[in-house]
Amino acid sequence: MWTLHPGPYIFVRTMKTIFRDIGRIVTEGFGAAGRGALLLTNIIRQLPSLWRLRRETMEQMHIVAVGSLPLILTTSVFVGAVTAVQAVYQMQAYVPMSFLGTVVSKSVFIELGPVLCALIVGGRLCANYAAELGTMKVTEQLDALEMLAIDPTGYLGVPRFTATVLMIPVATIFADFIAVYAAYFISVATLDVTSSTFATGVLTYFEMPDLMSGLSKSFVFGGIIALSGIFHGFNTRGGAEGVGNATMMAVVSSCVSVLIADYLLATLLFS
Amino acid sequence: MPSSARTPEFRVDDPASVGGIVIRGLTKSFQEKTVLRDLDFIIRRGETVVVIGRSGEGKSVLLKHIVRLLEPDAGEVWVDGTGISKLNRRELFALRQRFGMLFQGAALFDSMTIGENVGLGLKEHSGMSAAEVRDRASECLGLVGLAGAEDKTPSELSGGMKKRAGLARAIAMSPDYILYDEPTTGLDPITADAINDLILKLQAELQVTSIVVTHDMASAFKVGDRIAMLNEGRIIHADTVENIKSTDHPAVRQFIEGSAQGPLGVF
Repeated sequence: MWTLHPGPYIFVRTMKTIFRDIGRIVTEGFGAAGRGALLLTNIIRQLPSLWRLRRETMEQMHIVAVGSLPLILTTSVFVGAVTAVQAVYQMQAYVPMSFLGTVVSKSVFIELGPVLCALIVGGRLCANYAAELGTMKVTEQLDALEMLAIDPTGYLGVPRFTATVLMIPVATIFADFIAVYAAYFISVATLDVTSSTFATGVLTYFEMPDLMSGLSKSFVFGGIIALSGIFHGFNTRGGAEGVGNATMMAVVSSCVSVLIADYLLATLLFS
Repeated sequence: MPSSARTPEFRVDDPASVGGIVIRGLTKSFQEKTVLRDLDFIIRRGETVVVIGRSGEGKSVLLKHIVRLLEPDAGEVWVDGTGISKLNRRELFALRQRFGMLFQGAALFDSMTIGENVGLGLKEHSGMSAAEVRDRASECLGLVGLAGAEDKTPSELSGGMKKRAGLARAIAMSPDYILYDEPTTGLDPITADAINDLILKLQAELQVTSIVVTHDMASAFKVGDRIAMLNEGRIIHADTVENIKSTDHPAVRQFIEGSAQGPLGVF
């Protein structure tokens, strides 16, 4: 009795499933990128309505900046402190401590301030936007806006986008200086570095382009954060589970996009 | 049950020349499931049509197609001789200003007070001053029995009050059409009857065309001029309330009697 061995058929079927899933993920990825680009275009097109939405925009700016202050303060203090401790550990045998302030300030201004601010404050904002807009979607509040002949992208998206793009750099400046001051305080208080040594290191090699490059990155990060939160909020499906998924996807896509954009911008600005 | 048969009596050959709402060949699927299947129907100016049908049959989907909150896979909707699928965004928004809609969960904006909810459409489109908008919002809230609730937030209202506030928002811009999506669902019988009375009162005072989607037969009999039954994606039967009460259409009979036995499958 001849029987066909099932192995090759199972292998073919498994491969088909894998390729189909990969195809679906790639297709959905391109679809999402396209819809994201359309959303960005739509937001930019409606920016002239900003003056009419100034009250909503100011409210969002308050949420972005003032609402994030405790988080920025806490994370920046520890980022500055750990940067100082790590720098002292790595420099002590090879590099004079007069460069400690330089290393800390350049690390913070160019990289740590903008990126950590975008990841931490951005995570908070992204989750906020996606959950709020997602809940509005599943409770038909977005449909209710449409029925009042109000475009949700303009009415809800434009104030959030503008507020985030404008206020993330402000939050970054705040985070930069808090982190440097924290590093200064920790260095002087616990690492046997004198106040003048640290300050000289910061001031001697301070260059405005370092600060500006960090800030220009944070403008882009602000746009990524806002777009990610708004996009996933508007595209929420289902009930509470859908809102949860949208929130998670918004935070994940924002963080990943910020890191990719950071690399691309670093290449552009410093190469 | 004539589920697969076309319903030619609802077919309009020249929708551009007909007032009211004409639905032609409307088809909509979500993934594998076809919810609306080549649906034809007409709603005449000034009448109140109640669309009944089992849960999940696509009543709300039908309602959302009338104002293009959903795009059909095929077919078209005409409002007063205008095909809405061809409208650009600006024209569509102009059309929607002639509609008011009461959503199933009221869909009040959480971040606003009730007065701001009711006045939002006016604030955006009417050119009224803030004081005029507030006065009009108070007037509409008064019409639905919520006078003095302007400064409350949606979370401070009960389910019935939210529906009434949603209704006040729907009528604020003096629409020609009002769409009601399950206006009495989830309410106790007394509150539900109060909402029915309110619909009748608005109908009498504002002379609007209304479409009510519900599976509450007490509500359907009370507020409707005509009742249409949606089943398997089509309007299978439509008639006046009196005729529906005495109809021998087996599916409609089963539905209005609320019987598990009959041509409509239970599961």
